[in-house]
Amino acid sequence: MNFKLIYSIAKSMLLARWRQTLVAAVGVTFSIAMFITLLGFMNGLNDLLDGLILNRTPHVRLYNEIKPSDNQPVNAAEQYRNSYNFISSVKAGVTRQEIYNSGPILQAVKADKRVLGATPKLLAQVFFNEGTIDITGIINGVDVEEESRLFNFKDYVTTGNPIDAKNVANSIILGKGLADILVADIGDVVQVTTAQGERFPLKVVGYFQSGIQEIDKVQSYASLATTQKLLGKPANYMTDIQIKLHDLEQAPAVAREYAQLFQVDAEDIQTANAQFETGSSVRSLISYAVGITLLIVAGFGIFNILNMMIYEKMDSIAILKATGFSGRDVNLVFLLIAMSIGFFGGIVGLVFGFVFSVIIDNIPFVTAALPTITTYPVNYDPVFYFIGGTFSLITTYFAGFFPARKASRVDPVEIIRGK
Amino acid sequence: MQEVILEARGINKEFHDPVTVQVLRDVTFAVNKGEFVSVIGKSGCGKSTLLYILSTMDTDYTGELYIDKELMSGRPDVELARIRNEKIGFVFQFHYLLNEFTVLRNVMLPGLKLGRYSEQEVEHRAIERLKMLGIAHLAKQSAYRISGGEKQRVAIARALINDPHIIMGDEPTGNLDKRNSDIVFNIFKELTEAHNQTLLIVTHDPEFAENSHRIIEMEDGRIIRQ
Repeated sequence: MNFKLIYSIAKSMLLARWRQTLVAAVGVTFSIAMFITLLGFMNGLNDLLDGLILNRTPHVRLYNEIKPSDNQPVNAAEQYRNSYNFISSVKAGVTRQEIYNSGPILQAVKADKRVLGATPKLLAQVFFNEGTIDITGIINGVDVEEESRLFNFKDYVTTGNPIDAKNVANSIILGKGLADILVADIGDVVQVTTAQGERFPLKVVGYFQSGIQEIDKVQSYASLATTQKLLGKPANYMTDIQIKLHDLEQAPAVAREYAQLFQVDAEDIQTANAQFETGSSVRSLISYAVGITLLIVAGFGIFNILNMMIYEKMDSIAILKATGFSGRDVNLVFLLIAMSIGFFGGIVGLVFGFVFSVIIDNIPFVTAALPTITTYPVNYDPVFYFIGGTFSLITTYFAGFFPARKASRVDPVEIIRGK
Repeated sequence: MQEVILEARGINKEFHDPVTVQVLRDVTFAVNKGEFVSVIGKSGCGKSTLLYILSTMDTDYTGELYIDKELMSGRPDVELARIRNEKIGFVFQFHYLLNEFTVLRNVMLPGLKLGRYSEQEVEHRAIERLKMLGIAHLAKQSAYRISGGEKQRVAIARALINDPHIIMGDEPTGNLDKRNSDIVFNIFKELTEAHNQTLLIVTHDPEFAENSHRIIEMEDGRIIRQ
């Protein structure tokens, strides 16, 4: 009951000076709206840039690196055990790029509960022959369906149907940049020379565009079988196993475990793309800093207006106290005034923030580098709205705290006698 | 045997700023129920200071103050606020209504704060008191739209809302013209005679004081006649 009374007093005081109230609330609204818009846009952009690399990068990659053995024979010799052996000009021995025992490994990995999927890959270095000119390139032999499911392969095939790479014998999907250099249209046949010197005709069934020019100029995709045929290898030959996990964060642990278990090299996504992680977190940090600064500025605005209000309402405060309202009641009245400015300003701010986000989301953003993007990216994560709302209440609470305390300490005698 | 409503025993007060001045010296007196007391004296004799001590708003004094036989000295702010709300009604020289509210709401506020009656009952009581003072027609007006004399009557209605033990006034007619002064005085007179209401009024106006039941005269912080 008492609270209801205090609420009604606060409400009357707020509405009696509605213009001032409005200015204070607009300050909060503006800062919250900007906070939401900024974070939504910034994170949308982050997601886009991360997705550019991370979506089609395996979380863990198993491969066999060509490198000299760590255990050189001299270290094993009995008589040199206690000496320090210097070996110069060490070469890699009879290691192969192929993953040994690839079939069982693939099966074991797929059975792991942490793994969303695993798909083999075969990298082949080739030359594309354009008249007398040879252009170096890489053919990725992939399982088209799994590649699409796990790494969004089909999103990047801008022309043609990706499944044709599997269904049409001896076919290839060229990077857009590479296709431009080769002047190869869909349906054309390009000549490919392998590192072993074999010449091979492949039919172009599609273009592929990753958004990164350097990649599009070099990379191309073919089915696993085509690539194996190209290299003259059997059907179990593969150089990489790409693994996608349910939880990205587990990648380093899983990579270490597999490296041990299968005696292969394993690389996790965090190691391979550390710079993206850093970039995103710094961008988020900046947008949070700007947003919170906006809110604090709005807080000072409220502080000022409340302070002014208290000077104006000295008489009212004195009379409230004289007629039996305690310092605590008066304190509550002014805190309530501050908090309601924060609450209503904040809610309207959240709505405006959402509206601005939607507007940005609908602005066309067409770039040749990003085939899947048509408008500016925006992230609508409810966490931003939650933080914004909470923060508007916290700032206004602190903005109201000191003026309210001052009001509660007003000595009614001084005011009443002072006239 | 008359019932004592308010009693002051040996009240002393000093102001320390800029130099120490003793404003009240050993003030001792009592007010009985139903009395209409006026306090007079020259400017600066300490009569207003005394009133604010008696009202419990000023707690910076030595001595003992009893309201309704309860000791007030040394109690915490929240408790004193509750006692002011329940037992004391105020009328000031400058009318001090809350301009954000209507006349009716102004009168109701202390009643709502007390919480003894429901909102409907408080409203009913407020209208009753406004009728008694002949200003019921102003109930829905905004407080800042009515005249000075009317404001003072609204303030009296507000002072009455919780049926206080005592009504204190700090020159309630000081800012009013003759006609309105008379109206206010007659209201006080009627309150004390018809409703046995206790009144303690600080005033400058000798005519006002002459017509009350009892005069307390002060000089240099002392009571010289009562």
